[in-house]
Amino acid sequence: MKIKFVEEKVMKGIMLLTTLLVFLFVGSILYTIIKNGLPALNWEMLTSLPGGGFYIGKEGGLLNAIVGSLYIVGASTVLGLVVSIPVVFYLNVYLKRNSKRASWARLAYDVLFGIPSIVYGAFAFTIMIYFGLKTSLAGGIIVITLLIIPIFIRSMDEIARELPQDMLHASYSLGATRFETIKVVIRQIAPGIATATLLSIGRAIGDAAAVMFTAGYTDSIPTSLSQPAATLPLAVFFQLSSPIPEVQERAYAAALILTGIVLVLSLLGRIITNRFSKNKIQ
Amino acid sequence: MTRGEYKIAQKTSVFRLLKDKMAGSVMFTFTMLSVLLLILIGAGLVIKSLPILEEKSLWELLFTSKWKPMRGDFGFLPFIMGTLWVTVIAIVWTLPVSLFTAIFLTENSRSWVKKVVFPALDILAGLPSVVYGVWGILVVVPWISDSLAPHFVEYSTGYSTLTAGIVLGIMILPLMISLFVELFSSVPQDLREASLSLGATRWQTTKYVLLKKTFPGMVASVTLAISRAMGETIAVLMVCGNIVQMPGSLFDGCYPLPALLANNYGEMLSLPLYESALMLSALILFVVVFVFNIVSRLILRKIERTLV
Amino acid sequence: MKLPFLSKKIKWYMADWNETELKKGFFRPDQKFRTDNAMRSNMVVDHLNVTIQGNHILKDVSVEIPDRKITCIIGPSGCGKSTLLKSLNRLLDANEDVKITGQVIVDGEELYAPGVEITHIRRKMGLLSQRPCPLPMSIYDNIAYGCRIHGLRNRKKLNMVVRYYLQAVGLWEEVKDRLHSPAARMSIGQQQRLCLARGLAVEPQFILADEATSALDPISSKTIEDLFLKLREEYAIVLVTHTLRQALRIADYVIFMYMGEIVEAGTAEQIFKHPQKELTQKYLSGVFS
Repeated sequence: MKIKFVEEKVMKGIMLLTTLLVFLFVGSILYTIIKNGLPALNWEMLTSLPGGGFYIGKEGGLLNAIVGSLYIVGASTVLGLVVSIPVVFYLNVYLKRNSKRASWARLAYDVLFGIPSIVYGAFAFTIMIYFGLKTSLAGGIIVITLLIIPIFIRSMDEIARELPQDMLHASYSLGATRFETIKVVIRQIAPGIATATLLSIGRAIGDAAAVMFTAGYTDSIPTSLSQPAATLPLAVFFQLSSPIPEVQERAYAAALILTGIVLVLSLLGRIITNRFSKNKIQ
Repeated sequence: MTRGEYKIAQKTSVFRLLKDKMAGSVMFTFTMLSVLLLILIGAGLVIKSLPILEEKSLWELLFTSKWKPMRGDFGFLPFIMGTLWVTVIAIVWTLPVSLFTAIFLTENSRSWVKKVVFPALDILAGLPSVVYGVWGILVVVPWISDSLAPHFVEYSTGYSTLTAGIVLGIMILPLMISLFVELFSSVPQDLREASLSLGATRWQTTKYVLLKKTFPGMVASVTLAISRAMGETIAVLMVCGNIVQMPGSLFDGCYPLPALLANNYGEMLSLPLYESALMLSALILFVVVFVFNIVSRLILRKIERTLV
Repeated sequence: MKLPFLSKKIKWYMADWNETELKKGFFRPDQKFRTDNAMRSNMVVDHLNVTIQGNHILKDVSVEIPDRKITCIIGPSGCGKSTLLKSLNRLLDANEDVKITGQVIVDGEELYAPGVEITHIRRKMGLLSQRPCPLPMSIYDNIAYGCRIHGLRNRKKLNMVVRYYLQAVGLWEEVKDRLHSPAARMSIGQQQRLCLARGLAVEPQFILADEATSALDPISSKTIEDLFLKLREEYAIVLVTHTLRQALRIADYVIFMYMGEIVEAGTAEQIFKHPQKELTQKYLSGVFS
């Protein structure tokens, strides 16, 4: 038996092992979260606000955090789309192929994508202090918008760059302007936009570091943009640091809710991607 | 359509062109604004950390370990070491795991394996940081303090540098794997076939062709993963122990830079120098991430060009 | 016109059928009917030089495209055939680092003059690419897209146009029951015909085809060739091809290019029967290809 065949077998074994390890991690995380979160999860958790003495284990729920997270994520997703779709069109339709300008812009988005959310948070907080703003829903929305714009741009751009040149030419040769060609482009990259949106929502809803300084935390549902807002990740974080077991259990429940939302989003992502691909030209 | 209608059509044609131009400039503005954000963040952080840089030398700030904000001692060394240790541990154990998994996915596995593994990786990539933190507290912390640490040290709470490294590693695992998979898939199939037809085994092909060919790309990918790992905040903060000290062993607690920022920012603003010091820590993170990202992206881009 | 058996849906498409209006066209009312022989469209390429990323692709090309004839551009691959075709439509601009001197003149308008409004000139030229490239929308919208852009929004007229041009390319019977299904689901031969119909719907005078049959099966390419022969009566067709046999079958005029230059141009009979240049003779006899 040659040594190279032994080596082949051993290496294959190691590879199988590492792949299984990845599964083990996924399984362990999901199992732990479900096992600890499920017993503490009940209807009250989802539908009521924290009552008096909630943080020493009395009754109440997490509605404030759920609604706060939804407000922030919803608003910043819309804002993020409004900003990033034009950018992607500009890079891919208005600028020429292999344009230097586009290449520099892409590098900048790559770097922005890599900047940690805590830095975004610190930066946004400085700006807010500069303008005399307190921690508020608006602050949270702004910082999350800034955070997800690079995610939006990068993931949509990836799809848009594969846009067949022939398709643009087909539209131009009918006499369409570049702006009118966008009608074509948007249908072709629709699945990309859908996945990018869900990816960003996932990131936005799970981010705790950025909203920590900017959105603050509160027990009530914000009624205006200038009021602080609670978010789910912070609900997990704060309650977990409490010494009281009942409160800690609620943190597990909140983590379960958060995980559930993220998993549903990624599942939806797959379904929608398949749905939107209907018109796409391969 | 009569002649009159045609005139109208001509007019709408002018209107169409105008619309095209206008949309173009609006889009250009958005593009520039979003690029400007990068410069704005950098400039903002520099301005805010100027006060402390005027007071103390950069050397003193970065390489002394006395941290007494109330007395005006700002030595960042414990935090920098904390960040470095946690990142190094995370990279060291995830590098082989992700490398082998990526090779398995691109070189050996059937399509059904991919259909199972990629969704699992998607889940891993999508889970919020705070969930990793919870998992770390519930699983890794007890495991370290009860099972692992007693073999090496007398006592450990479990909230340690090693714990943070493990949790952080799992968080960057999907990123590393996807970067490697992308890299390996970009190697032309012909190259593999050339090696296989010479009688090389699959692993030999991988070793001599794939890994050699993609080495610069792997360096770039790891750089990218490091920069992502350094900025990770909440999960690390939850399990690292948050003790201002130079970590003496893997089972000691530590205090990475992002944790410093997250724990103290917004509270100590009465001390202007303290605020400035915290902004400096954000600036350090920003600069490291900026440099690492630019370097790795440029390498990756160059590879893309040579391979295609 | 004799009508075939009509289902309810098709009746709806037929409700306002007005052949005169269709023949007259919606986008060129300043012209007479295209069937009028006196109307001639005119395209002249005048000393065109194209440099892409430092490579001189087209060298001093001058040629006139005759109306209502099929002009085949032949030559070995890499000789600049496709570039010439794209430059007729100003589609080369979409790339970085392209330098163009010289002029293309269409109906008296200079394409490469500064500040020229290109969209209405592009409308006059339908483009058929190598691989069929339907737009990512339904069959109906593929054809209606161009018309809507040029201001035809009337639903009834659009229905009429869609049917008329689908009939013109022989697709109507095949797709009339699934007009609103995605174009991507058609066969590749059907897609190419759809692309042709889409181009015709904005009432061009020229049809530019870049090896339009090379990706198709023999039967589909025969269909396209037959269509070209039929369309010759109304349009000037410029066809890039690398199959000599195709040029032999359908060309009225032939332009032979080599290394970015026009070696010889003339009627099909001149080029194929009595080539003047040695290079042309060699190419036609298959010494190189």
